[in-house]
Amino acid sequence: MALAKLTLHPLDKYLRTDRLPHIWCPGCGIGIALGAMLRAIDRRINEGKLDRNKVVFVTGIGCSARVSFYVDFDSAHTLHGRAIPFATGVKLANPSLEVIVVGGDGDIAGIGGNHLLHAAKRNMDLFVVMITNFVYAMTGGQLAPTTPLKVYTTTTPHGNPEPPLNVVKLVASLNANYVARASITTPHYIEMFTYKALGMRGFRFLEVISTCPEVYGRHIGLRNPVTMFEELKKRVKYKPNPVIDESDIDWEKGIVIGEYVVRNNPSYLDLVKRG
Amino acid sequence: MRREFLSGNRAIAEAAILSGLKFYAGYPITPASDLMEYLAEKLPSYGGIVVQFEDEIASINAAIGASWAGVKAMTATSGPGFSLMAEGVSLAVATETPVVVVDIMRAGPSTGIPTKATQSDVYQARWLAHGDYTIPVFAPWSVQDCYDMTIKSFNVAEKFRTPVVLLSDANIAHMWETLYVREPGEVEIIERKKPSVPPEEYRPYQPGLDLVPPMAVFGEGYKVIVESLVHDELGYYRQDSGTYREMIARLNEKIRRGVGYIYEQEEYWVEDSDAVVVAYGSTARMVYPVVKALRQKGARVGFLRLKTLWPLDEERLWRALSRAGKVIVVENNTGRVYLDVARIAGSARTFFSPVITVDPPKFNEVMEAVARWL
Repeated sequence: MALAKLTLHPLDKYLRTDRLPHIWCPGCGIGIALGAMLRAIDRRINEGKLDRNKVVFVTGIGCSARVSFYVDFDSAHTLHGRAIPFATGVKLANPSLEVIVVGGDGDIAGIGGNHLLHAAKRNMDLFVVMITNFVYAMTGGQLAPTTPLKVYTTTTPHGNPEPPLNVVKLVASLNANYVARASITTPHYIEMFTYKALGMRGFRFLEVISTCPEVYGRHIGLRNPVTMFEELKKRVKYKPNPVIDESDIDWEKGIVIGEYVVRNNPSYLDLVKRG
Repeated sequence: MRREFLSGNRAIAEAAILSGLKFYAGYPITPASDLMEYLAEKLPSYGGIVVQFEDEIASINAAIGASWAGVKAMTATSGPGFSLMAEGVSLAVATETPVVVVDIMRAGPSTGIPTKATQSDVYQARWLAHGDYTIPVFAPWSVQDCYDMTIKSFNVAEKFRTPVVLLSDANIAHMWETLYVREPGEVEIIERKKPSVPPEEYRPYQPGLDLVPPMAVFGEGYKVIVESLVHDELGYYRQDSGTYREMIARLNEKIRRGVGYIYEQEEYWVEDSDAVVVAYGSTARMVYPVVKALRQKGARVGFLRLKTLWPLDEERLWRALSRAGKVIVVENNTGRVYLDVARIAGSARTFFSPVITVDPPKFNEVMEAVARWL
């Protein structure tokens, strides 16, 4: 028992440490993303801007969705693709809660794509973090909505015939108050954007480009976690005020991260005069 | 208590408000849309909110989320939308979420006939989703019954932490009748059981003696875990047979053990009858006058109306039917509840008489269906 109470890491207070070790593979970027998010949450809590008991993590299904296993907040591990509507119900029933949705690109933009666009259209008061790894990893390497053209996946063995979905561009075209992109190679930006989003109202969307050497890396010949991290790092470029036309993810031309949309449109709760 | 004149759908909406509904999520579909329209007008003045979502999938999931944020939640739909809610209903089963789902039956399969009623969704209500579970299904036959059974649906959902299906149909939904509505305090309204232990000792899926776990919700400091995977008492995912058996046994057993509270039937002239007709919902409305007319002619016929379709109190149903030489099941489908009645009453003396029609069943049609087996 004494050992269980030993604090090994400053963020352990936000984790259900009895559930560790986590399921994420060596070289997976989800832990980096979660760590950066928790540091931002910690800052908000320390500033007295956020009540720890009012934070709710809602996730769907997938590797990223397993975040709700480990965070020591109210948390819901719901259905594949349905985290956003579940979270919408939570927020509207109790507007004092800070509701954070975390999911992979398949969960959020594939099966849950319709919910994503309608929540953004409503400017629903949610913070949605989409961790993009370009593949369905938990189910073994199938095609994702973000998989680049021609890439091999287990369900496109002759190469992906579909151009990828640019989710940042999609959400920016709607009524979201905040649309940003970061990368697990730049965790300080994940932290900075999360911190900022937590201080805003309306629909806030953060895409985190991640590494999946175990599954996606195998598909594209970057099986080594360090190599994959280095290759992604080389391609990620931060821009202070990126324009949306720069948001297409192109492995050759690079991946532009930054804050694409910062607005102060009335949120859904503002418009229905709740919370 | 006061007299009102309402449609079936409006009675459901009024009863939901009285029961404490605070969150309604839905998507337009005939013949359920007017229920949502009525609530959209009225619920905000009771501190609630009505949201039209992008589809029924979002609606059921949002209702489940709202329930976990501590309010009573409901959605209403018809067959095609109900099909889309299947996975969400299974989530509510696994996470033991109180939520009321109203299915206003129309003719199916597929798009069917949106404006016309049948009883073709009876098994859909029972076995909508994947997984090994039991959920309560209620079948009102009048506007008064819509009102009363809605209150009961909320009470059962809260008491047993389960999704509940209220199975109305297009006939009852748009039929106007006088009814008695209640004032607050005139009828028992049940709230979910809250934990009595501090957060450190709380195990979110540890049941009480009634097999129902006390429910802490978001924002109370309990660090609730809502888990769609098979889980132990802590809400932690487990992949072993022991945890699975325990969870599935309890989810089914809590409903089975509550059957005395959940199950209701109405008996008319059953004691002295040689034959008893079993029916429910809008079909039962015409069975009643048919049986009455037959008795006036001297036939010893009784009528048993099922108010609860699942779970059936098999012993109570068997006892009521035990004296009858014949049991005749009349339904507006090809034989759904019949299968269970035949199993309970004995198939040798149980006869099925469908009245398949998309219009309200006529007296002569039902008379013919009943008389066939007398």
